[in-house]
Amino acid sequence: MQLSNKGSIATALAGATCALLGQSPAHAETETSMLKDWKFDTAILYYGETDRVSLAEGVISATKTNDDDSIFNVKLVLDTLTGASANGAVAQPTVQTFSRPSGKDSYQVAAGETPLDDTFRDTRVQLASSWMQPFADTWRGTAGFNVSKEYDYMSLGVNGLLEKDLFQRNTTLSAGLSYQFDSIDPVGGKPTPLSSMMIPADYDDEFEDEGEGEDDDHGSGNNSGEDKTTLDMLFGVTQVINRRMLMQFNYGLSLVDGYTTDPYKVLSVINTNGVTQDLIYENRPDTRTKHSFFWQTKYAMDNGVVDLSYRFATDDWDINSHTIDSRLRFNLSDNSYIQPHVRYYQQSAADFYQPYLNQSDELPMYASADYRVGEMAAYTLGLKYGRKLDNGHEWAVRAEYYQQDPKNAGFAQPGVLADLDLYPSVKAVILQFNYHF
Amino acid sequence: MKRKALYVSVLIALSQLGGCASLGVQPWERDLLAKDEMALGAEGIDLGLDDHIYFSKEATSGGRSFAGGGCGCN
Repeated sequence: MQLSNKGSIATALAGATCALLGQSPAHAETETSMLKDWKFDTAILYYGETDRVSLAEGVISATKTNDDDSIFNVKLVLDTLTGASANGAVAQPTVQTFSRPSGKDSYQVAAGETPLDDTFRDTRVQLASSWMQPFADTWRGTAGFNVSKEYDYMSLGVNGLLEKDLFQRNTTLSAGLSYQFDSIDPVGGKPTPLSSMMIPADYDDEFEDEGEGEDDDHGSGNNSGEDKTTLDMLFGVTQVINRRMLMQFNYGLSLVDGYTTDPYKVLSVINTNGVTQDLIYENRPDTRTKHSFFWQTKYAMDNGVVDLSYRFATDDWDINSHTIDSRLRFNLSDNSYIQPHVRYYQQSAADFYQPYLNQSDELPMYASADYRVGEMAAYTLGLKYGRKLDNGHEWAVRAEYYQQDPKNAGFAQPGVLADLDLYPSVKAVILQFNYHF
Repeated sequence: MKRKALYVSVLIALSQLGGCASLGVQPWERDLLAKDEMALGAEGIDLGLDDHIYFSKEATSGGRSFAGGGCGCN
């Protein structure tokens, strides 16, 4: 009796609430059950390098699973980037002056310091969506698109994936195709490849704060934007090994065609004593063919999960890379876990990478001093803690340390360069908070 | 030559997968594999954020999924 009384009080309250909100109880119920099928993943991330770039990024991803097991996902990413980035020039024992991307004013770099362009400031919005449809019992098809926009960059893409389950769903074969169209409209126009950077005559502190938001003509460049297309193919096999282990192997082929140059990067042209005589804009080949081999295995322990992956990638720029990534999840209780993360990455230099150019040598067709296409090792160490709440929601927090150690791929450091650090490490912290509901 | 050796080793690795039909589990043995954290793409949000960071700081991208085009990151 008491129980039913409580029930009728609850019903009355619900009715009153609905009346206040101006909707019928039945309507409210429908809305709740509609939202019940939706899952939301949200995250905010901070990435900060010592003295260089910092990035704040927010993600919201909504997923709906339908009655026929088809899945709809939509994801919105917003990020904002500020700070300084290596411009490619070598350090010098004297103060150096560089032009800002706008070409209108300049900035100075202290003696012995790695030249960093502190103009970078950008906001990016990305929207991606996909639909996965199971059919004919053992097949799944996924189609998706993505759009991303920054101040000087725009990216549009479509992708499709076909999956087939075999052997009581113990084996899954997959084949995917993605086509991406990118368009860059560099601030100050696209510089002429391998042309000299013009330094504005009057260095004036007043203009120091002018950002990339300026859209003026660059002295030596033209104003047309440039395009790039990327065609990706991905073939995969996923295999259940036993009750605790599954494995995946992927082969990826990526064909890049178009403007791959970084319009904001330069190279120093030095004399035999290592002193900079000129600064010229970099130039990269307009095609790139990449192959990647990716292997991942997951193992269920009694109180956690081992996730280990290895990737080998090679391309016709002569960049070979190895990546090992491992995450070990330890369940602390039924509703909480900690997860250490270790990642190691190593790459060889592109065949056109040079930390500087010699004045006495002929200009090569392609050259870049961007350390990101040079020889490098990098590692990440991280820890994540996650907790599931009584209402089924989950939150997690992650802290990581990332360090890049560029290496000398056998280049001499003549004269004044001998005592300077041409390959400084880049150190960054990553902080992230996730909420799932 | 080096490339040829690579292709051969990949072919050998792929041919081994032919034997996979004998691997695997029965549908009622999927209790552990069915857990959310055992999905290959578990923590998809983290993986996406990591991809964005490493894409803009390193020369290689993709492998797990499409290498993609995307940002003109600095």
